[in-house]
Amino acid sequence: MVPEFGQLSLCFAAALALGGTVTGYLGNLTSSDKLQESVYSLVVGQFVFVLLAFLSLMFSFLVDDFSVAYVANHSNTILPWQYKISAVWGGHEGSLLLWIWIMTAWMMAVIFTRLSYPKYFLSNVLSTLCFLNLGFLCFCIFTSNPFDRFIPLTPMEGADLNPVLQDFGLIVHPPLLYMGYVGLSVPFAFAVAGLLQRNIDSSWARLVKPWVNLSWSFLTLGILLGSWWAYYELGWGGWWFWDPVENSSFMPWLAATALLHSATVTEKRGAFKHWTVLLAVTCFSLSLLGAFIVRSGVLTSVHSFAVDPERGTYILAFLTVVVGGSLLLFAFRASEAAAPIRYSYFSREFFMQLNNVLLISSMIMILWGTLAPIGYEVITGDLYSIGKPFFNFFFIPLMLILAVAVGLVPLLNWKRTNSSYLGKRLKSLLPVTFVLTLIVFYMLDFVLTTVVFCCGLAIWIVVNHIQDVYRRIQESISLSRSYFGMVIAHLGLSVTLIGIACTSVLSIEEDVRMAPGDQQKLGPLNVTFKELINVEGPNYQAKRGVFDVERSGEKSKQLLPEKRTYSGRQVMTEAGIDPGFLSDTYISMGEPLSGDAWAVRLHYKPFVRWIWFGGLLMAFGGVLSALDLRYRRRKVDKASAEQTVIPSHGIAD
Amino acid sequence: MNPKRKNRLFMASFLLIGVAGSIFALFVALEQNLNMFYPPSEVVSGVAPIETNIRAGGMVEEDSLIRASNSLKVSFVLSDRAGSEFTVYYTGILPDLFREGQGILVEGELQQDGSFEATEVLAKHDENYMPPELMSLAEDKQNNTTEG
Repeated sequence: MVPEFGQLSLCFAAALALGGTVTGYLGNLTSSDKLQESVYSLVVGQFVFVLLAFLSLMFSFLVDDFSVAYVANHSNTILPWQYKISAVWGGHEGSLLLWIWIMTAWMMAVIFTRLSYPKYFLSNVLSTLCFLNLGFLCFCIFTSNPFDRFIPLTPMEGADLNPVLQDFGLIVHPPLLYMGYVGLSVPFAFAVAGLLQRNIDSSWARLVKPWVNLSWSFLTLGILLGSWWAYYELGWGGWWFWDPVENSSFMPWLAATALLHSATVTEKRGAFKHWTVLLAVTCFSLSLLGAFIVRSGVLTSVHSFAVDPERGTYILAFLTVVVGGSLLLFAFRASEAAAPIRYSYFSREFFMQLNNVLLISSMIMILWGTLAPIGYEVITGDLYSIGKPFFNFFFIPLMLILAVAVGLVPLLNWKRTNSSYLGKRLKSLLPVTFVLTLIVFYMLDFVLTTVVFCCGLAIWIVVNHIQDVYRRIQESISLSRSYFGMVIAHLGLSVTLIGIACTSVLSIEEDVRMAPGDQQKLGPLNVTFKELINVEGPNYQAKRGVFDVERSGEKSKQLLPEKRTYSGRQVMTEAGIDPGFLSDTYISMGEPLSGDAWAVRLHYKPFVRWIWFGGLLMAFGGVLSALDLRYRRRKVDKASAEQTVIPSHGIAD
Repeated sequence: MNPKRKNRLFMASFLLIGVAGSIFALFVALEQNLNMFYPPSEVVSGVAPIETNIRAGGMVEEDSLIRASNSLKVSFVLSDRAGSEFTVYYTGILPDLFREGQGILVEGELQQDGSFEATEVLAKHDENYMPPELMSLAEDKQNNTTEG
């Protein structure tokens, strides 16, 4: 019963989404208040019905209803309850349902802030969002229905949830990532609405900016959680693999970072208008492309669920409609030549432009590296793969240039910066950076130019930003939340930079053969394999290695890596990690060799946590910025709302 | 030349050099990092280049896995179950899902003597998953068996 109820709810939601699409646009065409306002209730309806569908699926998981194919494939009776809940989004169909529910949640958020927007604009935004949601709902209902039944061949017991997914990281990683992915649909809808009304200007940018910030922050959190999860759960000790699916979340992130900055310029200076709109379209297109890459199975990856050409075709068609439609709209509506807004090379505008060029180039490079193998296969019929060095080769230098530029940002004014003023400030800042870098150089007992260089860049960013905060306090310039958000996010970038540089260069990794009783040196540490014990988990059996890790002069720590065999007979490596502010020790059990001996992976990873901590700072900065007071209290009163309205024939032409 | 034009010229040449440079770098990097995939038949017949980074794949032959007694050196035989097979040498930890009789992917260099020095061994992630490179191999195999 319950699954049918869920199925029905989904169909209702799709009907309401169709209604919302039509009503909003029609309401604007006919200037009908009633139609415009009825979209609100249609959106609320979608939210409620999708939530009901989502809860029905969750209920089916909790009561082990294996007559539902999706439940039978992703759960079984002995799976702990919290994983039964997270298993709802552990596979393709359910994660799509989560995606749709988050989509409706974002639409609700737009409704909550409806008083900030002109009425016609809001109608266009909501209609566009309803249209997108309709696309996702149809995709779910027609190609990947989570409520499909296994009748009459109902199995007594379900297959297991993939053990690497039975983990806290997976409970939170997909929802946060989807919040980011789907959140980008809001700036997209704003761009479409702005284009429809030929109304892209700095006030438009002010409306869209908080949404960009929020979805960007969620995307940042989602990516960093994914990276953290891969680090501790996959048993390899890596934190980034340039895996196609990682790339497909990273590309929208890069584009959204560019959008974030470009929208700021549009808001403050009215420049980069068309570029900002184009970026808003690009961001959402990239998240759709990401969905296509993950769902269609065209690329090899840990994340690819099942390979299904029908789904791939559907997403590709949807992608074509969305991207093609919005680009066409852009071409027709954004053509008016804008009055050029002048700025010199030493201005924030120019550096924002540089930021955008660097971010978008690296995005294109990653896009190329991700899609090229498909292209080669289509053209030549040969199978290729692109190695990690390709990505590093481009990405690292581009990001280092970016880091230099980021450090300069607090020194620059909008429009132009007096060169003598710039020189005066640099005269005090450069020596400080230099001295601090020398200290780092001295502290690392071995000379490693790469690390010192990266740390120097990070210090450069930190020094300049902190000095700027100090200067503003002294000159009693008001410090807004968006300013603090910017500073915190940039500091986060420098923390991540230090983390990446140190982990990549200073890590010590040893794969060794160890039997109980053996000792092994790992950098400054001494690792002893004490014993091997058998452990019984709720739905797995494990061999657990007991390791003592000793740093000279300190108390030893015990690490307990495991090799688990789950009820579905899948094998998983659970790493033993001693996390630390300055370094992690990471041990994972490889494979049993002869006798009691095991192949063991020992890692010493300095500063690895800084990568994720920096990401947290960035996300926090983004949220703080979105909460800036200038984005609030901006209720459009009726009179001004009607003034900004473009008459309906203006839209129809 | 007035300053405005000069400015524009500077901008344009800056952009042009930047774009040309990146495209050039893109192709160089791609050239160096493009690893082609070869099935066992091509590895054996000599189509696959020697001492170049490539990918190869096949089924791990039953009972072919040999481990060294005091290090992590292993060797095993990959075959397409249609007569072509080659030996792979690898030092390190094999993935959790490495099994004899399963399809796997190796990355590394083919040696003069026809053996394969792998730098990386990739196994299937789960039962439903197969590297696309091996998918065609599996299909071929099916076709062969149905024909035979």
